[in-house]
Amino acid sequence: MKEIINWLAEPIRSFPIFTVLFYLMVKNYRVVGTKKFGIGALLVSIPVVAWFAADKNFLAIILWPDNIPINILVILISFFTWFTLYKCAENDKRIEAGEVPIEALPENREKVWCWPNLVYTELFAIIACTIFLIVWAIIFKAPLEEPANPTWAPNPAKAPWYFLGLQEMLVYFDPWMAGVVLPGIIVVGLIAIPYIDTNPKGNGYFTFAERKMAIWSFLYGWLVLWIYLIIVGTFLRGPNWTFYGPFEFWDFHKVEAMYNINLSEYIWIKILNVPMPGNLVVREIFGIILTVLYVAVLPVLIARGKFGQKLIEKMGQIRFYIFIFLVLGMTSLPIKMVLRWAIDLKYIIALPEWELNL
Amino acid sequence: MAGKGLVQKVRDTQVWKSIFRHGPPDNARNRAAVVAGNVFLHLHPIKLKKSGVQLGYTWCMGGLTFFIFLALTVTGVLLMFYYRPTAEYAYNDIIALKEHVPLGIMREIHRWGAHAMVITVWLHMFRVFMTGSYKPPREFNWGVGVILLVLTLLLSFTGYLLPWDQLAIWAITVGSNMAKATPFMGHGGPGAMLAQIGDFVMVSDKNDVRFQLLAGRFVGEPALLRFYILHCVFIPLVVGVLIAVHFWRVRKDGGISAPL
Ligand code: HEM
Repeated sequence: MKEIINWLAEPIRSFPIFTVLFYLMVKNYRVVGTKKFGIGALLVSIPVVAWFAADKNFLAIILWPDNIPINILVILISFFTWFTLYKCAENDKRIEAGEVPIEALPENREKVWCWPNLVYTELFAIIACTIFLIVWAIIFKAPLEEPANPTWAPNPAKAPWYFLGLQEMLVYFDPWMAGVVLPGIIVVGLIAIPYIDTNPKGNGYFTFAERKMAIWSFLYGWLVLWIYLIIVGTFLRGPNWTFYGPFEFWDFHKVEAMYNINLSEYIWIKILNVPMPGNLVVREIFGIILTVLYVAVLPVLIARGKFGQKLIEKMGQIRFYIFIFLVLGMTSLPIKMVLRWAIDLKYIIALPEWELNL
Repeated sequence: MAGKGLVQKVRDTQVWKSIFRHGPPDNARNRAAVVAGNVFLHLHPIKLKKSGVQLGYTWCMGGLTFFIFLALTVTGVLLMFYYRPTAEYAYNDIIALKEHVPLGIMREIHRWGAHAMVITVWLHMFRVFMTGSYKPPREFNWGVGVILLVLTLLLSFTGYLLPWDQLAIWAITVGSNMAKATPFMGHGGPGAMLAQIGDFVMVSDKNDVRFQLLAGRFVGEPALLRFYILHCVFIPLVVGVLIAVHFWRVRKDGGISAPL
């Protein structure tokens, strides 16, 4: 059993599994978003977590003090994801029946006094949060390792956990993409959301049915690409950033055979059977063409299609292209992952001479 | 009834009346006065829509983020009494903190609180997205929020270096090595070699973005000082100002969002 879970946890398998689960969850949000399902999931997860924790390798990873926040994060995100689906399902059922969302009921629109209605809630939240932090601080000491030694790097050297999604992307992209361009796209994309999403519905209440596309894209980026990668980076990456299953001991001698090859080698050497051309641009021409197709031609094709036409009608040309560009930026990561697993592809464009590997 | 009599007596003293300029908040007039008359509480409107005060709607995550930020400010100031940002002292000061301060949990609260703030900020964004609260008229405040989120991460990141242990310098090394690869502005990034005039290299490891960040080519003592100042002074100030803008805009955009 543990063997199987170790095997399944490897990104090549767990990423598709996670994606499918995500799809099923959002697709069936009305089933997932019920109290019955929530309680059922809780009851199932308790023995499962207990069984996992009975393994000493797994326990060692989750009890490492700096990993505690991620356990808390996983618990809170599971809860709040369920909770939003619950809220959305509740309102969508009402909207379908021709009623207003709960937030719009007259009794909820009514104005209430800030004192005591809000201030007491806040006081309660503050006290609960304080107690939580104090208990956490008493149980877990802040870690302190050996004094800094610039000549000896620990293995693995990990960034703080909230950046581990980015560090995990380094497996698939060079630092200029994983560390600079993709985070840039994330930040710019987040700021752009209100200007791209012109759907006036779903403002000020929970709903999924009225803003499906916005919620699908956001949740995919947030849960599958960001949180999932953090979990992998934290719990499943050991020395040399090698994959270790949840029940596997972090053995420093585990080596992973790596024979990733570049697209240009694939085509020139393996398929065309000729030596690599000396001219850099000629050598990488296939990757360059593919990239141009992806960032410049694909958006135009989508715009021509039925789906694109509908979107353009709704949001206009400029918003449409910005939206598509951001989505393509986001999907470049799963595409690169799949190419890596399917054909051991290293770089689509490999120009180490210019520090430009893609 | 003696207890009630005592409360009333305290309420009647000149001291009490000088501090609280209104009677107990059990009627409309005093409930308005208690919120409007207090500099902290007056961040709130006097009355608000019921949907906006419900935990199920806001999750209180923005409020908790703010509270944790304040808690971090207080514990951070306490830590500053003990900590000197030099390669010689930093690590030992942290040890001393552990060994000489009885029942000391300030470092723990500060560290776990920093992690907690990252979590609450993310959940706050999640909630704001799910209730569609970034839609007009709140587009700008969403943008302010995104900047706050980035700054929260940077606060946490700069603080990570300060204990000056192996965990710290290598985490920051991993992180700051990414800056080296910035297109055009990092010496290991694409485009950097284009910026060359004859033999003169314009972007090198002695002047690129990573150098500016670390004040050096690797994570050394100058980086420690730089991160210390960013962490204790500069970023908190900017965050403080932006939180003020954020809160002001929550009010000016019509309070917590509700169905139109
Ligand atoms: C240091 C970080 C932050 C603090 C202290 C903060 C604090 C708050 C508080 C106290 C509120 C009142 C309602 C509530 O508690 O939910 C609020 C509302 C809001 N926040 Fe934040 N926030 C922060 C970061 C963010 C981020 C990252 C975003 C989004 C990307 C964001 C966007 C908003 C928006 C749009 C509202 C209005 C919500 C509504 O009207 O329903 N904030 N913020």
